[in-house]
Amino acid sequence: METQSLPINYLPIIFQMLVAIGFVVTTMFVTHKIGPKRKTKDKLTPFESGIEVVGNARTPASIKYFLVAILFVLFDVEVIFMYPWAVNFKDMGKTGMIEMFIFMATLLAGFIYVIKKKALDWD
Amino acid sequence: MELIDLLIKIALIIVIFVISLVVAMYSTYAERKIAAFFQDRVGPNRAGPWGILQPLADGGKMFLKEEIIPTNATGFLFIVGPSLAILTACIGSAVIPWGQNLEIGGRVIPLQVTDINVGILYIFGVVSLGVYGIMIGGWASNNKYSLLGAIRAASQNISYEISMGLSIIALLMVTGTLSLGEIAKQQHGFWADGYFSWNVFKQPLGFLLFIVCAFAETNRSPFDLPECETELVGGYHTEYSSMKLGFYLFAEYINMFISSAVMATLYFGGYNFPFMDLIHSPNLVAILGVVALFIKIFMFIFFFMWVRWTLPRFRYDQLMDLGWKTLIPLAIANIVLTGIFMTFFK
Repeated sequence: METQSLPINYLPIIFQMLVAIGFVVTTMFVTHKIGPKRKTKDKLTPFESGIEVVGNARTPASIKYFLVAILFVLFDVEVIFMYPWAVNFKDMGKTGMIEMFIFMATLLAGFIYVIKKKALDWD
Repeated sequence: MELIDLLIKIALIIVIFVISLVVAMYSTYAERKIAAFFQDRVGPNRAGPWGILQPLADGGKMFLKEEIIPTNATGFLFIVGPSLAILTACIGSAVIPWGQNLEIGGRVIPLQVTDINVGILYIFGVVSLGVYGIMIGGWASNNKYSLLGAIRAASQNISYEISMGLSIIALLMVTGTLSLGEIAKQQHGFWADGYFSWNVFKQPLGFLLFIVCAFAETNRSPFDLPECETELVGGYHTEYSSMKLGFYLFAEYINMFISSAVMATLYFGGYNFPFMDLIHSPNLVAILGVVALFIKIFMFIFFFMWVRWTLPRFRYDQLMDLGWKTLIPLAIANIVLTGIFMTFFK
């Protein structure tokens, strides 16, 4: 039922990437060359609404963002696991469905645990 | 692949590339005109008749402005950020079927750059790469606003990617394939076997979830927190000027175009249109199909803009709650319902 994709089918994607890279590099180069260059020290400071720059911008960010990223990795992998199942869903019938529902129930249990732990609460 | 086929492919790639750039350029014009319409203003009307040359004037200005790389910034990454943003926006169009096969002089020309059997996964891969452009640019700027904007953008994009991936699973159960060309083919015409053939009628909830996620992934209002000007000046592109700023803005519009095309293909029948079987010339059907697809895409782009001037922006906790606590459970419920329905009622 699936059409086979040979490596040659991916060749146009590489062409498209080359076209896009060519466009980006050329545009970047041209604007770099034709734009005016009148730099002053004040112009090159980071923008902070007009006041003196205080410290370095690369300070630690809230741990919540890190939690979101870790949870994303977990859940995204689980989501990818479901793709082959979804594609072959019609062939597998009831057994396949029940097996996958068990998998999804486990996933949901983890999800509920995460929510109960208030890992996704922002205050 | 013969040489002539190769040349046709390259021509097609360049045509699609140019079309997506032109559509993105004119989306900026359309956005300003539509904003003006909603707010009872006139909008840009000085460059050319009805201001129709405004995008060219903007582009020229972007080219000619001074480019500024702050002394504190990490120079190399500062340039890589916007380049990566526009690069990922530009390569997504490779797997979208723009129309049925054209036949010229006995040669079949597919109006799709390549029909790989993992088309949807490719789209997701490209979408996920998009976050790097923003994150790298925001971090390299070494500016507090930029960094905050970039972190927000990254966590927003990855949060909504999960619901996007889940919402598409129910669709895959219906279609049974990951190839976008195949999915478009299945939605032939408008009515088949006593029901609508377009997927939106089979997966209404899935489509709703997908469109919400598409808004979040493209950083469009009401999810435009990464560049929310009332809190973060310009968000991740605060420090950018010249064409680098142009690339970021442009990437957003290209992403809007590509995601509109993906939505039209997955849910609204792609190049199919009602009563297409009544036309007997295959080439005419193919050309009308391209027109139909572009009409659908423009309607989606209009919808993006309509929403922007209708809904206020979310607060950050509301955004995260919507993504994690509403969309993910809804998407899972959608999968379960689709599974039960397909097993027991068909």
